[in-house]
This record gives sequence, structure tokens and C-alpha cells, in this order.
Amino acid sequence: MARETNFVFNQTPQVLQKKKYCRFKKHGIKHIDYKDKDFLLKFINEQGKILPRRITGTSLKFQRKISVAIKRARHLALLPYVADGLK
Amino acid sequence: MNQKHYESVIILTPVLSEQQMQDAVAGYRGLITENGGEIVHEENWGLTKLAYPIEKKGTGFYHLVEFKANPDFIAKWELTFRRDERILRYLTIALDKWGVEFNQKRRSGEIKASSTAKEKKAVLNALLDDDSLDTED
Repeated sequence: MARETNFVFNQTPQVLQKKKYCRFKKHGIKHIDYKDKDFLLKFINEQGKILPRRITGTSLKFQRKISVAIKRARHLALLPYVADGLK
Repeated sequence: MNQKHYESVIILTPVLSEQQMQDAVAGYRGLITENGGEIVHEENWGLTKLAYPIEKKGTGFYHLVEFKANPDFIAKWELTFRRDERILRYLTIALDKWGVEFNQKRRSGEIKASSTAKEKKAVLNALLDDDSLDTED
């Protein structure tokens, strides 16, 4: 019984969490373009911080590439280092 | 010769006129060819807004050059950028095989600003998948 209530507390019973997957692996994307800021925007939060893998589901290999791409974009002032209400 | 594939983005001051900007870029183009390099592709993004001010400037002329050159050339190439007051920022990266392929596809228009025909669709799909991302922020 206790176990059941716990379950309900963590996630809504009807919509079981969809399994996360790495979108780069799934779609066969090999190269991440640092010049494409609209795409990179998907991997940062409102403050301009890089979202963790835990949330995006990206594999480690591509997370590293994303983080490099985002840092390059920041250097070129395509993305901000700090922001407020980016989205 | 052992040439590698590189890609540079430079940001020039908005203070320059269109003509001055073109002259500056022409100078750099010359520098590559003089040193035995080969320009693969060039792109001018025009006056673009910066995400944050650099040297108290809110905009800049972005210029992208893709070229093949000897690795020794890069030190010289970047040194000229550092000496040049017209340049706000620069970034040079060496492209791996995926990067080269990606750029070719980008040029041939298979990818719009974003990605390849296959990847374009992929990116679109990826964007659609995004609801899962945004909710947790």
C-alpha cells in the first residue's frame, strides 16, 4: 500500500514518463554546428546555462560536443554567457 | 603538403563602412592564399546583433571563412587578428571529417541554416520532441 502511494506521488499514473533517448544517435547527426544558435538554444535554459543530460537525455558523447559548441557560440556572442528570460 | 581543413569566424567592428569591411576581409583572403592555403568557402553574415556587448559595441560584421592550410599557418593567422584593432573576436577551429561533410551539405543547400536534408528532418523531429525538455526547466 505504501508503495502504491509513493508511485502516485512521483509520477502521474496515466502518463508514464516517456523513455528518454539521445536525439543525435536517433537521427544520425554527426556534427554539431556552433553557428546554429536556434538549435543550441534547445540545450540551454532560460539563464543561458547548459542543460544536464539528466534532462535532455543526450548521450555522453554528444553532450560533450554540445557543451563545446555552446561555449564556442558564447565566445562569438551568438549566445549570451548570462541571460535572464532567454526563452 | 599536409594541409588541414579549418574554419574561422571573425567579428569586425561596426564602426567600419561596408567598403572598409570588404577591404579588411580581402586582406585576410590574400593572407591565406599567399601562404599556400586554399579558400574553400566564404560567407558574410553582414551586420549582426551581438548577444552581449564587446568593447562597448552592440553589433558586428560577422565573416566566415573555410579554408585549407598548413597547421603552422594558424599561429600567424591568429596573430594578425590579435594585432588588428578592427577585429572584436575571432574563432578558428579545425574541422574533422564530419565537420567537412556537414559544411559541404550546408553549402549545397541540403541543410538550411540548420542541418542536412536527412538531418534537417531530424532536427525538425528533434524540435518536435522538445516538449519533453521544456517542462522540466
